[in-house]
Formats: sequence, structure tokens, C-alpha cells
Amino acid sequence: MIGGAQGSGVDTSANIFAKAAAQGGLHVFGKREYYSNIKGEHSYFQVRLSKKIVRSHVDTIDLLATFDDETAVRHAWEVRKDGGIIYDPTVGGNNIDDIHTIEAPVRARLYSELDSQHLPHSVEGVLEVARRKGVHIYPMPYMDVLKKVGEQFGESSLSSLTRMINVMAVAASFALTDYPQDQVNEALRKQFKSKPKVVEINIAAVTAAYDYMRDKYNGGFGHKLAPIPMAEKRIFVRGSSTVGIAKILSGCRLQTYYPITPASDESEYLEAHEIIDLDGALSNEAQAMKGSIAVVQTEDEIAAITMAIGGALTGVRASTSTSGPGFSLMAEGIGWAGINEVPLVVTLYQRGGPSTGLPTRHEQGDLRFALHSGHGDIPRVVLASGDLEEAFYDVTRAFNYAEKYQLPVIHIVDKAMANSDQTYKMFDPNLIKIERGLMISGTIPENESDHGEFHRFKETPSGISPRPVIGTQGGIYWNTGDEHDEKGHISEDPTNRVMMMDKRMRKLDVASKEIPAEEKFHFFGPKDAPITIVSWGSTKGAILDAMESLKEDGIIVNFLQLRLIAPFPVDEVKEILSRAKKVVDIEMNFSAQLGGVIRENTCFPLDQYVVKYNGRSMSQEEIYDAVRHIADGSAPKRVVLTNGA
Amino acid sequence: MALKLTDLKSDVHNDWCPGCGDFGIISAVQMAMAEMNLDPNKTAVVSGIGCSGKTPHYLRTYGVHTLHGRSLPFATGVKLANPNLEVIDCGGDGDGLGIGAGHFVNSGRRNVDMAYILYDNGVYGLTKGQASPTLKLGVKVKSLPLPNINSAINPTMLALAAGYTFVARGYAYDVRHLKELIKKAIQHKGFAFLSVLQPCPTYNDILTKEYWGGEGLLDAAGKQMPRTYKLEAQGYDGVVKSEDEMEKEEKIKLAVMKSFEFGDHTPIGVFYQNEHVPTYEERLTQRMPTYKTSPPAEQKIARDDGTPLANISKLLDELSVN
Repeated sequence: MIGGAQGSGVDTSANIFAKAAAQGGLHVFGKREYYSNIKGEHSYFQVRLSKKIVRSHVDTIDLLATFDDETAVRHAWEVRKDGGIIYDPTVGGNNIDDIHTIEAPVRARLYSELDSQHLPHSVEGVLEVARRKGVHIYPMPYMDVLKKVGEQFGESSLSSLTRMINVMAVAASFALTDYPQDQVNEALRKQFKSKPKVVEINIAAVTAAYDYMRDKYNGGFGHKLAPIPMAEKRIFVRGSSTVGIAKILSGCRLQTYYPITPASDESEYLEAHEIIDLDGALSNEAQAMKGSIAVVQTEDEIAAITMAIGGALTGVRASTSTSGPGFSLMAEGIGWAGINEVPLVVTLYQRGGPSTGLPTRHEQGDLRFALHSGHGDIPRVVLASGDLEEAFYDVTRAFNYAEKYQLPVIHIVDKAMANSDQTYKMFDPNLIKIERGLMISGTIPENESDHGEFHRFKETPSGISPRPVIGTQGGIYWNTGDEHDEKGHISEDPTNRVMMMDKRMRKLDVASKEIPAEEKFHFFGPKDAPITIVSWGSTKGAILDAMESLKEDGIIVNFLQLRLIAPFPVDEVKEILSRAKKVVDIEMNFSAQLGGVIRENTCFPLDQYVVKYNGRSMSQEEIYDAVRHIADGSAPKRVVLTNGA
Repeated sequence: MALKLTDLKSDVHNDWCPGCGDFGIISAVQMAMAEMNLDPNKTAVVSGIGCSGKTPHYLRTYGVHTLHGRSLPFATGVKLANPNLEVIDCGGDGDGLGIGAGHFVNSGRRNVDMAYILYDNGVYGLTKGQASPTLKLGVKVKSLPLPNINSAINPTMLALAAGYTFVARGYAYDVRHLKELIKKAIQHKGFAFLSVLQPCPTYNDILTKEYWGGEGLLDAAGKQMPRTYKLEAQGYDGVVKSEDEMEKEEKIKLAVMKSFEFGDHTPIGVFYQNEHVPTYEERLTQRMPTYKTSPPAEQKIARDDGTPLANISKLLDELSVN
């Protein structure tokens, strides 16, 4: 773990650390926690490395790299016996009283611990607690070492040197684990590729840190890291860019958004990559032409969704990305898209609610809202990805569902995914197929229209009607949020109303039949396990990691990960739950929302619940502990998890 | 082939109240479209909620009857996705200046190339005559139980402050003059705002057809004088003719002064026009050179077998670790 004040380069240094490890063939999972603040508050980045695939974080830290007092004070407690803490001895004497960004309740908890061990309220006091537990403490006088580096380069500006402290912390960490320095150098070259001078001085700083740590603490640290060969092509990705890349690939050419954490990163990624390369195997005409995606920042989320809908009426694949508060404003637009059968994709990055809630923290609290946002009944698809790899492929599915079934699709991801990084096997664009449904553009022959007007909402057995885009010759029709007839004119006729409602809702039956099982859910583990976990979204990683450690301890579980929540895969879920022995619902929200959705759709009672709503994603150990206690019968019906800083 | 007025009329029964100013507006829209020979297949008329919101249903073009207050962002989405379409937005004063005021202001900042016709009658007609944002303080139209407690917005000044590049006002029953203003609004390069004084015979018994016609306002000879006058007839010129910021400022100041005239001497015509401000489409084209030639709606995104045309290998390479 590395931590520091927001704005001090924690993110960059953790990225360099993670990339250097990933380059060396290690599997990496990284997670970022931060306050709703730009500069000054505490943030930290946790990176987990392994020879095997890792998909979640753990609560105990092997190595804590700090360069400020607050990180040491807050996180030293989480370091395991035989683990290590790197710290700047010049802050050792700092009093906790003087660290203003520590909230009163945290301060009170710290003092009570320190008082019980008769230790001073200072960084040294906290480090002594760790020392007593068996943690190695490694002082690293950053500025002394850096000044020597500065002298080599004729750089004496303190602010320039200070900027490299976080890289030194990364280097010191790797030095303790004997990880080869050339991997770190390579990661720096990639990070600062357009700035060779920055690379040069940073590499000098890294070298100095390696030398210092080797001289002082040679061989003292028990955990070692070494590169391993990679058989596959691999990438290291973050949620926001993953969804962005997938939107480009899926043909999204209009994205609207209003700034909101943690969704806007995706739109900014798209704006930065608005010119799109087209495939070289195309006709010459298309090769000469670049594609482009128009990214429009609107005045609010109401404008974001309605502008995307307006675009979609012309045939473009359009989407908007938002988080809970923005999605609340979009509810009326969702209804309009529903009644007008407009293909639309909303990417919903859940964060802690209600209201402004925990704006930079994680929760899966919007499932019920995604299912029910807007008044009246409309057909909709709600799809929840479990990790970044799923999200990549699900983006295309979301657009395909939207266009095939002509309805709004809410693609749910969350803060934990948006702000986590993970190594995956290289994504494969060849697996992507774009399906545009019954869209019509160009010219409609005269005998297929009514004197140039078109029965856009024609009743059909599937409920799906051919859809001319605005601008189609001979396709004139009307849209309205009122109930309407086949051409789209307002109609309050009761017979027409029933016909139209049935037509629209019927599309969901078709979707249920057509969407393959693997897109609806994933099932992991042996069929006949004594415990069945049900969950959805980004808890997937921690559950899979916990399942492995549970198995090592002889506790066998299987796991039903729901992906398509609407239309709900009733038969499939019934079938799985009917053979389950004990069903445990695991979710990141207060009310076990998926559990309720399962019960209302299948009538199956769930046996136990594991929920968490403190804003911090579930760790592998938490799930391990909860399931172990459920297995031995010592857990209550509803377990509330609370780990995380 | 020249368009006839009947080509632009849908089969839908028009249920506006007899004598509604909206009839004048829709006639002027049809006349303008016919004279400009706008292809109904390439035209979208977008509206919000209220009596004005029904306009698209009575016209034979692509019609998009949207949500209350949201017609502008819907229309903007249509136009930005396919700038080759003609987009005309029709909305009421409650729709555009009340519930949709945020979109009204921000549309000025964008300057998308489309026309917005605001039906200004001072009341919320379809919900039975509540006070709208353009009704003056203390006025009690017949449907109000008590006089209006809010002050009125000055739409012209608001539009100028928001950055609209075409600001005009028409009168619903001066159809020929209104038609010319609509043509100018559509032809204008940029976002054109045209508010129309539109008597509501059912709920606004103060700003009536008779009122605008000059009832009770007599000249020295005892002849009834209309309460509207045409800006151009008085030699007023609100058109900015150069990129000079000073000229722009002067013209805006003139228009703001004119916008205060309301009541017995109410100007109609073009208050302000400036085509030297780049449209949103032009701004996008600067960043994405193929935007106009290959706009979002017209880009091919897949081969016939569904394989995507976008090549993301560079994007993936940026993230590759080996």
C-alpha cells in the first residue's frame, strides 16, 4: 500500500509500482480510495501482486510505503507480522494532534489504542505498536537521498525534488523485495514517455533509493518478488478507460455527460480519443476517413439523457454515463425512451448513496432504482458487469440489446470497478459482433409506407417494429411521450393503449428467449456444494478469491453471479436455486437488493445475507470469514461487513 | 418539385381552442417551409409539453414531441448527431423559460445551428391557465385566483445574455411578417431564438388579439393604433456585420434597450443577429475534421457480418504490459 495527501502523486506512483510488477509477469489488482477533495486529504492505493490471478484486495498489508505522517499513522495498524513499513524519519516525531486531516472519531480510536500501550500520540508511537507486533520498520530519509541526486543533475529546486519522493517510495519498496530495478526503470519510461529528462532524473532517484535500501537493510525483508514469464499477451486496465474503449469499438458515436464522480473519467477518456482509427482491411474510401465520437458536456443530466435520446433517433449509437445523483435526474428521460422505443445505453457507475451520499466511495445501492426508475411500466434491460473484462464485452451487448429490442439499457458498473486496476489477458476485439436490429435508413419504397408516412410502432408478433431513423426518405413518423398509435400520434383510445403496452412489454419475452445463458449469469464451483453464494457486480472478484481460500480449508461453495437483472432469468435461477442447499446473498448495500429481486421473481427464500455499506469494497478475507462462519453455523442471518479505511 | 402547404399538413385533427394564436404560428411555419422548399423527410420538428407541444403532430415532417422543458436538449441531440437535418424546435414560454430555463440559457452558449420558436402567451394553457414566466407581476388573468406574485422574465434580454446569435420577436396574427421571421431564423447560421406574442383566447384575457390590435389605444385622429410595430420599419438594424467585438457589443446594447419596450409600443422583428460566432458544429469540426462529412448518425460502424470497423489496437497497446 502507498498513501499520501491527495494531489501528491500517490496515484502516479502506485501506477508505476503496479505496471513495473505487471511487466514482470505478475498478476496485479489495484484499488484506489480517496476523499471528495482535490488536494490535502488522505488517499491511498493498495496493490496486490501474485503469481496467480488476483481479483480483489486483502485487508492486511505486507508492505506499507509512506512519505507523510498521516499514511503511517492511519495504516501502520493494518501491516501484518513480518511485514514492513517504509517511512520518512523526519516525520517520526510528528504529533497526531497536528495532523488536521484526521477526523475526530479516527483520532479518538488512535489515542485509545496508543494509551492502552502507554505510547505517545505521535508517528513514532504508532510505529512502535507495529514494531511490537513484529513489523519491520525501515526509515528512508527521502530528502537527504534526493539532494544527492539533485546535485548530480544540478537540480536544487526543492519542489522539483519533492515531486520524486513518491517514486522513491516505490523504488524503496521494490528494493526491499529484491525486484529487478530495470523493470522499474522501464515502467518510468512508459509513464513519462514524452519527457526524457524527467525519466532520466527519476531513474537516478530510483537508483539512489535502491542503493540506500540495499546498503542499510540488505536481505532483512522476508517477502521477495521476482519476474515470471508470461505466456499470454496481457493488459493492465482501469474501469473508466475499459468502458470507453469498448464504446469506441461498439460504434458509440455520441456520448453526452454531466460531470460526476466516478463516471466522468470515462467521458473524458472518450473526448481525449474522439478521433477513431478505422480498420485497415476496409475499402479505400473508409480508410481515408477517420471515425469520430462527439462527446458533449451538457448543463445537467436531464440534458445529457435527452440529448443522447435525440441523437439515437437519428440512428447513431448514443450513450450517457453517470452516477446515482445524475441517474435520479434521468428518470423521466428513461421513461420517454421506453415509450418511444429508443435504443439508448446508460452506463451507471454506482457510488455510495442516498443523495450525495459517499461521492467517492463504493456501493451497489442502485439496483432497485435501475430496475424501476421512471413512472409507469416500460421495457428495459438492466445488465450488471462483474469485472472490467466483463464490462469490456458487455458494452457491445448493451448496445446490441438496445438496438435489437429498441429500449433503454442500463449497464451497471460501480466505483470499485471505475477506480480499480487489474491485469487481464488482452481483450479480443474479434469476439465483438455488432447487431443493429430492425433499423432502417436511406429510402423506404413507396409501397412500404403510407404515402410517405410510416407505421413506426406497428404491432408485430415480437413487439419489435422496423425503425426508420430521422432523415429516412419515406419514413416520416412521430414520437411522443403520450401514448400513441402506430404512426406515433397521441392516442387515448383504451384498445390502442392495451395493444401498445402489450407490444412494448412483449419485447422482453423475446429478449429473454434470445439472450444466451452465459450473458445472463455465470456459475462457478461444483453444482452440489453445500453453500450457494448469489451476488452481482464487482463483488465477483472478492468472492472468487475467497472461494479459492475456502476450498483450501475444505469449505466448498458455488457461486451464482447474476448479470442480466432485467429481464430476470427466472427459469434459470429457479433451476439453480432449487438444487441449492443453503443460499447466501452477498451484496454491497443495506437492504440486500438483489436478494429481494430474486425472491420476487422466483419465490425462493434466501437463507443468509452478507451485506456491506460502509463505502469500502469487500475484501477477500471478509467474505472468507463470513462464509466460514455461515458454514459452521455461527453466523447470524444477516452479516454486516465493516472492514476498510 | 415545389412543396404545397397541404404537403406539410398531417391528417391529425387539430384540437387547439378556436381563436388560438397557435394557428397563426403553425400557418407561418408551413408557409415558411413551403417557400424554402424544406424536405419534410430531412426535417425534424421538436416540441416540449403544453399546447405548443402538439405542433409536430399537425405537421407532416418527422415529429418529436418530448418532455416538459426538454425540447432543446432533445433537438440539440438530433442536430448534433445529424447536422444535415433541418431542426426546428417549438415550445411554450412555461416550457422554455420555466421548467426548461437551464436548457434555454445553455443552448445560447452552444450556438447549435437550429431554430427555436417560443409561443409566448403568459399562461400555462394546457393545465388551465396558471401564470407563466412571462406574465408580469400583479397581473391577474381570468384563470388566476389572485394576481401574479412573480415578476416576468424578459426573454429577449435573457437570450442576449445567454449568447443567442439570432434574437427576434413576432406576432402570431401577423402571419406574413412572422413567416419571414421564421425563414430568417431557419436560414440563420447558429441558434435562432424567435419568441412569438401568442394570444391565448381561453385563459389570457389581458394580452388578447384585440389588445395587440390596439383596442382602447387611439391616435390623435381617433383611429385605433396596433400595439406592435415593426423594428425594420423604423430603420432599426440589429445585424452584426463584422467580427469586431465593439460592433457586437453595440448591437447587443441596442437590442437590450429595445427589449424594454413592451405594452402600447411593442417592437417585433429582428432585435439582434450575428453570424460571426462559430456554431457548435463548426467547433466540433475544428476538433474532428470529418464531423460534417461523416457525422455521428451517418458513420458506418460495422461490416455486414457485424464485425466492428473501429480499430482499437492503438488504444489497447497503450495498456499492454508485454
